[in-house]
Formats: sequence, C-alpha cells, structure tokens
Amino acid sequence: MSEHLPALQVVVPLFGALLAALVRRPWPAWLITVVVSIAVLVISAMLLVRVLDEGVISYHLGGWDPTIGIEYRVDIVNALILLLVSAVAAVIAPFARLSVLSEVPEDRIGWFYSMYLVALAGLLGIAITGDAFNAFVFLEVSSLSSYALIAMGRDRRALVAAYQYLIMGTIGATFYVIGVGLLYTMTGTLNLGLIADRLADVESTRSVLVALAFIFVGISLKLALFPLHYWLPNAYAYAPSVATVFLAATATKVAIYLFARFVFSVFGAGFVFADLPVTPVLVTLSVAAIFGAATVAVFQSDVKRMFAYSSVGQIGYITLGLALATVTGLTGGLVHLLNHAIIKAAIFMGLGAVFFRVGGIEFKDIAGIGRRMPITMSAIGIACLSLIGVPGTAGFVSKWYLIVASIEVGWWWLGFLIVLSSMLTVLYVGRFFECVWFREPSPEAATATEPPFEMLVPICLLAAATVYFGIDTELTAGMAQRAATALLEGLR
Amino acid sequence: MTELVKLGGDLASHYNQWITVFLMVSGLYIVIARGNMVKKLVGLSLFQTSVYLLYLSAGKILGGTAPIIDPAFTVYSHPLPHVLILTAIVVGVATLAVGLALVVRINEAYGTIEEDDIFEQDDNRP
Repeated sequence: MSEHLPALQVVVPLFGALLAALVRRPWPAWLITVVVSIAVLVISAMLLVRVLDEGVISYHLGGWDPTIGIEYRVDIVNALILLLVSAVAAVIAPFARLSVLSEVPEDRIGWFYSMYLVALAGLLGIAITGDAFNAFVFLEVSSLSSYALIAMGRDRRALVAAYQYLIMGTIGATFYVIGVGLLYTMTGTLNLGLIADRLADVESTRSVLVALAFIFVGISLKLALFPLHYWLPNAYAYAPSVATVFLAATATKVAIYLFARFVFSVFGAGFVFADLPVTPVLVTLSVAAIFGAATVAVFQSDVKRMFAYSSVGQIGYITLGLALATVTGLTGGLVHLLNHAIIKAAIFMGLGAVFFRVGGIEFKDIAGIGRRMPITMSAIGIACLSLIGVPGTAGFVSKWYLIVASIEVGWWWLGFLIVLSSMLTVLYVGRFFECVWFREPSPEAATATEPPFEMLVPICLLAAATVYFGIDTELTAGMAQRAATALLEGLR
Repeated sequence: MTELVKLGGDLASHYNQWITVFLMVSGLYIVIARGNMVKKLVGLSLFQTSVYLLYLSAGKILGGTAPIIDPAFTVYSHPLPHVLILTAIVVGVATLAVGLALVVRINEAYGTIEEDDIFEQDDNRP
C-alpha cells in the first residue's frame, strides 16, 4: 500500500470529486470533501517523512519505464508543496460547510465541492509529477475547475472574472505546452530529469532558448507575475469565499513551484541565471510587482480586492527570492511561499467569516466590525502584522532571508527597497485596521456576532500558525533551506 | 540567384512550420483584438489548435506509415506525439466548452457579450 502513496495522492481527490458529483446533496458532498482533505494531508505527511528518511521517491505509473511512461517524482521540494496544498485544504474543509451553504445556491453545492476536489487533485498532480506533459494536463485540470469555482460567485462580475481568467490561463497553459513541445523535439523525452540530462548537449540552440522563453512567460501568466497579473484581483474578489481562500493559498504557489522546477532543475541555474540576463528582468518585474500592486491596493474600496492586489505584491517577493538564485535567496523565496500561503489563507478566511455574518465586504459594510467580531478581527490582525513583516511573525522570517540574500550579492539597495515596501503594506493594512476598529459600526455590522465555532477554529488556527512559524522556523525555513539546496543542485 | 533559390527551397520545405506559426499568431491576435467574447474563444481555439500541428509535425517521418507493426513496413511515424495531442484536443474541447458556458451565463446576466459594454455596465474597469 505505502509504495503507491504518490499515485493515491492524486487519485483520492479525483475519486472524491466523482463521488461528490454523484451524491449531489450538500451535506454528504461536504463530508466527502472533509474525508478526502484529511486523507490527502495524511498521505502528503507520510510522503514527506519518507523523503526525509530515504531520499527521493520515484514512482513509475503503471510500471512503465520513465523513458516512455509517466514518473511521479517526490523530493524535498515538492513534498513540501504537497504538504502545503493538502494542509490548506484540510484547514478549509471544516470552514467550508457554512460558508458554501450561505454563498452558493443549494442545487450547485454538490458541484461546487466536486470542482473543488478536482482543483485539489490538479494542484497536487502538478506538484507531484515528474513529466512535463502530465504537468500541463494537471495544470488544465486545476485551471478549468477553478474557472468553474470562481464563476459560482454570487456577483455577476464573478462570471466576467472567470472568463478573463479562462482566456489568460489558457494562453499561459498553451505557451507552456509550446515550450514543452520544443523541448520534446530537442531531447526526445518528456521526463523532467531526462530532459535535464539531455539538455546539456543542445543548450545553446535557438529552439531551447525559445522553449525557455515560452515556458517562462506561460508559467508567469499562471503565477500572476506583475504585468501578467491582470486576471487575479477580480478572480479573487468575486469568487465564493472558500474558493478565494483555496486559490489564494495554493494555485499561484503551485505555479511558482513549477516555475522553480523548470528554471532550476530542468534548465539549470547556471544556464538561466549565469548565461542569460534573466536575473535583472525578474528582479525588475518583482520590484515593480511589490511596489505597483501595493500602491494600487491602497486605493481599493473592496477589501477582498485590496488583499488580492496585496497577493500580487507578495508573489513579487517570492519571485525576487528566486531571481537572486543563491541558497539564501531561494530559501527566502520558498519560505515566503509557505508563509504567504498561510497568511493569505488566514486573512481571506477571516473575510469569509465577515461576509457570512455581514453579507458584504466593502469598506463601508465592515466599518467598526472589530467591536462585534473581536476574535475574528484579531486573527486577521495578527495575519496582517505577519504580512507587514513584524518581528515575531512568519512574514518577518521570510523578509529577513530576502534582505540578507540581497546584501549577500551586494545589492544593499534591494534590501532597502524591501524594507521600504513594508511601509506601503503598513499603509493599506493600516487603512483596514482604522476602518475595522475605530469607526462607528455600520448598520449591517452593528448586529453582527462572532461566526460559529466551526468557522472560528480554522481562522484562529491559521493565525496561530503565522505566529508559531515566526518563532519556530525549523519546519518552514529549515525545510525551505534544504529544498533550496536540492533545487540548486538540479536533477542532473 | 542560386542562394535565393536555396533559401526559398529551405523555407518551402518547412511549410508545415510556417502554417503552424501563422495559425498561432492569428489566433493570438484574434484573442487580443476582438471584444466579442465568442470571437475571442474562436481565436483561443485556433491558437490551441496550432500547437497540435507543432507536435504532429515533429512526429512525422517522410515515407513513414501509421505506427502499426506490419512486416511489410520498416518506417513508422512516431506515435507518442499523436497520443499527446489526443490529450491536448480533449483539453482544448473542455476549455472551449467551459468558455462558451461562461459566455452563455454572461449573456444572461448582462444581455450582451461585448466586453466594452460589460465593462461600461459594471463601471469598474480594472
């Protein structure tokens, strides 16, 4: 049984989705989601333990040799990503029942959970597979289901947001598949490890450069790198709360993983960062993301949209870490990937609870809500402090690594910019705090009470995690450092 | 002159790649340039379809036959690209189906499928 864990990681949510679609009724569909989420968490934890004990796991699907078949390859990097995705799913599951019940029409709740589990299976699949084309298929599996998830939002603007995401996402995935096709014609294989092996002989050909360009831009669309982030704010703002929490915490993170896998493991840091001018391009875009998105966030009237723009900025920090291509920089990027997933899950989940009680998420709706929902708002507050990077929270750890990494390569100005950008974060978070804690309650907020216990516990759990990972950094920073070392060593 | 003929010959012998690139670029152009949501999807579909050709061209061997083992033949086309593209076609059809379903819902909600009119109605152009 245990040797089939890599396959079960993907198959369990896929079958869960099928079951949820068959039962249709809200309560059993939710129960299936809970069971599946816990199962994938257990599987991913077991995989991580095995990887730590025995090293890389290579699973040959259907017993076919990797040269012709699909290989699932779990090393420390994707074991961490799998754990992150499944842990987020497991925390969301108890929260989901009431939130979905209040936001999605009853006859569609079964479909909602079905799509949710398909998205989960797709994201886990991208993370676990060691096959370039299989990754494309999972990319589309997760994307198509997330378009459906977003479109289930109550606002009609959710439909347009889903449509725009579909256009951008499909262009991104098609760019990726063009790049993979060119790599395939040059190397004759789709296995990431074998591509990496054979690429050394054909590295300087134009086809490989074009492949790199297509894959770079394609995945950048998916991870919402700054000028390609156009789809993200509306998609997050108008999706049902549960979908927002899930997508914000996992979808872009898995895309970043795929990006790192291609850049570091397949093409190799020496080729991408030393021979080509990728570092200046990526650093410029990342800094533009950090400052541009934070500035736009300050002027939003919808709170979910504000934090969605903040996500674009935070992705900038992660790509900044990747762009530095040193062990410290990459550690900073990966640790921020983990921390930001937890922080944003906490914030969006808290906002979901507010939406559940108040029925709106504009600044005017939630004025003075802090007095009515003190526990929820304190949890969001702690997560926001972590977003700024206050010492003692998870956000501080990642920014610390990033600043140290920039000073290491001699770019002290970059460290200065990172600190400066935290001030911008203070601006928009401060605006949120002021509205929530110091204003007179709006009529909608005046009657609101704390959300039910089953929603409150996941929110508090995530907020506590952001503090815990700011003090005990072994699981996040320690693991991220090992993952960074593994990535820089490459698959060769 | 002979060089020019040779260049022309080189270009013409890769005519399948030229068709691929032409379809790719025109598909992407339609997606960007059109405001009508159905036309955008048609462009997107064209763009995806061009990738099928990219893969299939790579799998074709001149004089090769279908990859079914038969003692009468020795040269076969590479089957793997065909299998991959079979998957990609399914993905393409699914994308188009989801996209069209969304357009139907948008038409119900807004009464139009022109992007400009929709943004005007929402008045929150991002």
